Amino acid sequence: MSAPFLAQYGSEIGTLTLEHLWLTGAAMLFAAAVAIPAGIWLTRSPRWAKPVIGVTNVLQTIPSLAMFGFLLPLPWLGERAARIAIIALTAYALLPILRNTYAGIRGIDPTLMEVARAIGLTDLQRLFKIELPLAASFIFAGLRTATVTCIGIATIAAAVGAGGLGELIFRGVASVDNRLVLAGAVPAALLALIADGALGLLEKRFKVPAPESARS
Amino acid sequence: MSAALEFRDVSVVTASGRALLQSVSMAIEEGSVTAIIGRSGSGKTTLLRTVNRIIEPASGEVLVAGSPERDVVALRRRMGYVIQETGLFPHFTVERNVGIVLEAEGHSMAERAGRTRELLQLVGLDAATFGGRYPHQLSGGQRQRVGLARALAAKPRILLMDEPFGALDPLTRAEMQDMLRELLARVKTTVLLVTHDLDEALYLADRIILLSDGKVVVDVPRHEFLNSDHPEVISYARAFHRGQTRVAGEVHSA
Repeated sequence: MSAPFLAQYGSEIGTLTLEHLWLTGAAMLFAAAVAIPAGIWLTRSPRWAKPVIGVTNVLQTIPSLAMFGFLLPLPWLGERAARIAIIALTAYALLPILRNTYAGIRGIDPTLMEVARAIGLTDLQRLFKIELPLAASFIFAGLRTATVTCIGIATIAAAVGAGGLGELIFRGVASVDNRLVLAGAVPAALLALIADGALGLLEKRFKVPAPESARS
Repeated sequence: MSAALEFRDVSVVTASGRALLQSVSMAIEEGSVTAIIGRSGSGKTTLLRTVNRIIEPASGEVLVAGSPERDVVALRRRMGYVIQETGLFPHFTVERNVGIVLEAEGHSMAERAGRTRELLQLVGLDAATFGGRYPHQLSGGQRQRVGLARALAAKPRILLMDEPFGALDPLTRAEMQDMLRELLARVKTTVLLVTHDLDEALYLADRIILLSDGKVVVDVPRHEFLNSDHPEVISYARAFHRGQTRVAGEVHSA
């Protein structure tokens, strides 16, 4: 990309990147706030696990352009395109976070959970001292998948006028200007790579050492 | 001596209706070591788990120090629990594993550190060397020592041990048994020890209870156990030291 191009679009790329980050970040916060507690709840009521995870699975299969379209006519949401984008992205982020929270906690060695009860930890102590730390690596893996997916899908949010880097891509496609397409696509790809790396580090940081039985 | 623990007509039934324990009644004396032996599936572990209410009896009750305890969390904190797999939390250091019950009770960090050091020493581990390690960095015997230290952290009146040394090699097991015997002489606590190792039961316990199909079939002081004419005791005794008997026979006939 040439210097004059960057001079012309540089600040716009910056603003749109921030917008992109804000859309994805807000959606991730909402999704985590819903999906982590829901995943914990499912481990307590496993008979709901299949239907609930099923619903989030269905959400995931809706083509993103269609999802943005569906939300457009809704009363409060339709007023601001960013609202639509955040709700849609949240819906896409639910499944990986929910599934990994559920699987991470369910996968804890039952002996450990029995000991945690037997030594007199309360329900909350078991959750915060044992279950969440032991499942943390799984939960971060879910957040990572969700974030990377959402950064990609967020580019499509520009179709309903929600802004973000998709804006440049759509404009580039319409005016057959590959430089504009790249100006949107490259920062979006970089954002995804950075998020992937950073959350990957967290995932590794919380990895629990091999179970003790493996070495005895 | 008063009863530290009393089983009154305790029965446990699985969801599918199989009886795991059938009307077990007995009193365990304060400060005694009682071994519960029996085949796999005879109800040993189930019996132990009715004491800390991991399993609730279908009928009957377990009285701790004479009264049925309503607050399960408080009850469990007053009991040590040691199992074969040790159940050490893999994300905690040795120090935190040992101090977890005190942490749960809200004791200060300084208090916990002091008590942890004391306990590690009691089970023969140097706190400076081992305190900061994680369970996967320990040998089987060391992990079992940490498990025992954790169980003793809250100065329990009752110590429940489920095949504590079952996964260890015979030499380490013997070391651990010696250590436990010495330790029990110092900390007066009532012990319920589930084991399928008759030698361990004879070495550590004051009293031996043999369970079969969820029922108590023999309940005698240690020294009387081998004299019992109960068929299961006889098969137990026969299964015990078979190798030695065979070698002795070969030496004689040679």
